[in-house]
Amino acid sequence: MTTVDMTPVTDKGTPTNPRRRVYRPNAKYIPIIATLSLLAIMYSSGVANYENFGDPSVFVNLFRDNAVLLVVAVGMTFVILTGGIDLSVGAVISLTTVLTATLLKGGWPPLVVLPAVLILGALIGAGQGAVIHFFKVEPFIATLAGLFLARGTALTINQQSIPIRDDMWKAISEYRIVLAEGVVTKPIAIVAMLAVLIAAVTLAWTRFGRNVYAIGGNADSALLMGLPVGRTKIAVYTLSGFCAALGGVLFSINSTSGWALQGNGLELDAIAACVIGGVLLTGGSGYVWGTLLGVLVTGLIQTIINFQGDLNSAWTRIIVGVLLFAFIVLQRLVTRKAR
Amino acid sequence: MTSILKNRLFWPAAILVVLLVINMFTSRQFVTVQDGHLFGTLIDILRNSAPLILVGLGMTLVISTGGIDLSVGSVMAISAAVACLLIQDLDDQNSVGPVLLIIGIAIVVSMLMGLWNGALVAIIGIQPIIATLILMVAGRGIAQLITDGQIINVQSGPYATIASGFFAALPVALLIAVAATVLILLLTRRTALGLLLESVGGSPTASRLAGIGARRITIMVYVVAGGLAGLAGLIYSANIKSADSISAGNLIELDAILAVVIGGTALVGGRFSIAGTVLGAVLIQTLAVTVVAVGIPSEANLLFKAVVVVALCLFQSPTLREKVFGRLTPRTARAEVPA
Repeated sequence: MTTVDMTPVTDKGTPTNPRRRVYRPNAKYIPIIATLSLLAIMYSSGVANYENFGDPSVFVNLFRDNAVLLVVAVGMTFVILTGGIDLSVGAVISLTTVLTATLLKGGWPPLVVLPAVLILGALIGAGQGAVIHFFKVEPFIATLAGLFLARGTALTINQQSIPIRDDMWKAISEYRIVLAEGVVTKPIAIVAMLAVLIAAVTLAWTRFGRNVYAIGGNADSALLMGLPVGRTKIAVYTLSGFCAALGGVLFSINSTSGWALQGNGLELDAIAACVIGGVLLTGGSGYVWGTLLGVLVTGLIQTIINFQGDLNSAWTRIIVGVLLFAFIVLQRLVTRKAR
Repeated sequence: MTSILKNRLFWPAAILVVLLVINMFTSRQFVTVQDGHLFGTLIDILRNSAPLILVGLGMTLVISTGGIDLSVGSVMAISAAVACLLIQDLDDQNSVGPVLLIIGIAIVVSMLMGLWNGALVAIIGIQPIIATLILMVAGRGIAQLITDGQIINVQSGPYATIASGFFAALPVALLIAVAATVLILLLTRRTALGLLLESVGGSPTASRLAGIGARRITIMVYVVAGGLAGLAGLIYSANIKSADSISAGNLIELDAILAVVIGGTALVGGRFSIAGTVLGAVLIQTLAVTVVAVGIPSEANLLFKAVVVVALCLFQSPTLREKVFGRLTPRTARAEVPA
C-alpha cells in the first residue's frame, strides 16, 4: 500500500493572507543582505567619524587597492561553489609575478609574456583539477601540493624582488582613468570589475554556471542527472588558476616588480572574503556579488584602521576573524532554518 | 614480502631510509658522542622535528574524528608570545619554578584556544576547516597584540633547555616529543579511546546513537591539539630564545596535515596511525635537511615537498591503485595458468 501525496508542493514561505504579507527576503539572500548592511554601517560610521572619509575617492580607491584580491576571490568563488577549495592561488600569484618580471627582463615581448603567464596559471589549475577529479585526491591536499610547487618554482627562479622596466607595463601602471572631478582610478580596478561582471553573468545565465551550482549542491545527483561533473570540476580549478595568474599580472603592474614572496597568505584572504560575502563553504550557494561585498568589507576595515592612525595593524586580522565568526554563525542559522 | 609492500607506511619508510643514507654520506658527523651528549645530523633532524611531531600528533587525533585544525600555527604563536611576555617580566629569568609555572600557563591558554575550536565544531556545528580558519586568521593578530608587534627576547636558561638542552645524552625536545607520542599511543591503543575516536570519525551520528559522547570527544581532541600546538610553540620559541609572532608556526598546519597524510591517515576521518604521523613528520624534516645537505638551494625544498605530496597522494589514491594493481593482478593470474 502506497499512498501518494496529491497536494502540490507550495511555497511555504509566502503567507496565504495577502494583507498580512510583510517583506521577508528569501533565505538565500540573507547573508548577502547582512554583508551589504554591514558595509553600509561601516561606511557611514567612517564618514561620521573621520574627516574626508566621505570623499568619493576613498570608496573608489577600495577597488584599486583590492583589485588583486577581488580577481582571486572571484576564481575562488567558483571553486567553493562546487564544494572545493583552492589553496594554491597565493603561490600562483607569486609565480606569475616572478615569471613576468624575469621574462620581461630577458627581453621577451610583453604581448607574448602576458598570454603565456595567464595560460600557465590556467594549466596549473587544470592540473590540480585533473588530480582531484581522476585520482579522487582531496582538493585541500591537491591544491596544497600546487601551493608548494608554484611557490617553490618561484623561489627557485629568483628570491630577490625583480624590477620591471618594460614600457608597456609602466604605461599601464601609470595610466589613470578619470571617473569624475578629482576621482581617478587605475586600469587594474577596471579589469577587476570586468572579472566580477563576467563571472556573475557566467554563474547566473550559462549552462556552466548552473552546473557549478548543481555540483556544489550534490555531486552525486548532478552525475545522475547526466551533468558533466568531471569537466566542470576541472574547469573551475582552471578558472581559479587563470584568475590567480591574472591577479599576479595585476600585482606586477601595480608594483612594477616581481617577488617570490608576493601573495603570501592571500588564499586565506580570498576564502575569508567569500565567506563574509555569504558563499557557503559546503558549496552550492552564494553569489559573485557577495564575494565583491566581502572584499569591500575587508578593504574598508583596512581603510578605517588607516584613518584611525593609532591602531595596531594586528587589529585588521582580529576584526576579520570576528567577522568570519559572525558570518559563519549567521550562515549556520540560515541554512538550519531553510532545511 | 607482498604484505610489507602493501603496507601503507612502506613507501614513506623507504623514502626516509634513502634520505637518511644520503645524509650519512654527505654529513661529516652523522652520529657522534661529544661531552656525553649525542651529536650529529641524525640528532639534529630528530630534535628539529619535535615541534612538527607534536603538532602532527594533535592533528592526527583531530583528523581521526573527521575534522581538521588549521589554527595550530597561530596557537603556537600565541603560546610563545604568552610565555615570553611573562618570562620577560620575571625578576630572575633563571629560576626554574616560575618558568615551569609559565610554561603551564601558556599550555593552558593554548588548550583554551583548542576549546574554542572544539566548541565551534561540536556545539555550533560549523565545518572544522572553517571553524579553525577563524582562529588561524585572528590568532596571529592576537599574538601580535600580546607582543605589541615586537619580537620579545628572553634570556632564560631553564626556558632554553626545553629546546636545546640534553637529558641522558638525548635532546630534551626529542624526549618531550617521544613522551607525548607514547602517552597518546597508550591512551588510544590501550584504552577504548582510540576506538571511540575512529567511530566518531566514521560516523558522528551513528556513534551518538550507539551511546558515545561524540560531542565531548570532538571537543576533547581539539583541546588536546591546542595543548600540543602550544607545547610545540614553546619549543620553537625556546630554540630561538624569543617570541616572533609572525614567523612562529608559519605554514606548520600544512606540514602537519602533510605528515598525517604521509602517515596513511585519511583526511575523511576514521582509521588513524600515530606511528605513521611521527614517521611523516620526521620524513618532512629529513627532506628539508637533505635538500640543503646535497647542495640544492633550500628554496627548492618546497618543490621536493610538492613532488613527495603528489607521489604519495597518487600512491594512496584508491583509483590509481586499482588501475595499476588491478591491471597487474589479472595478468599474473593469466600467466600462472599453464596452457
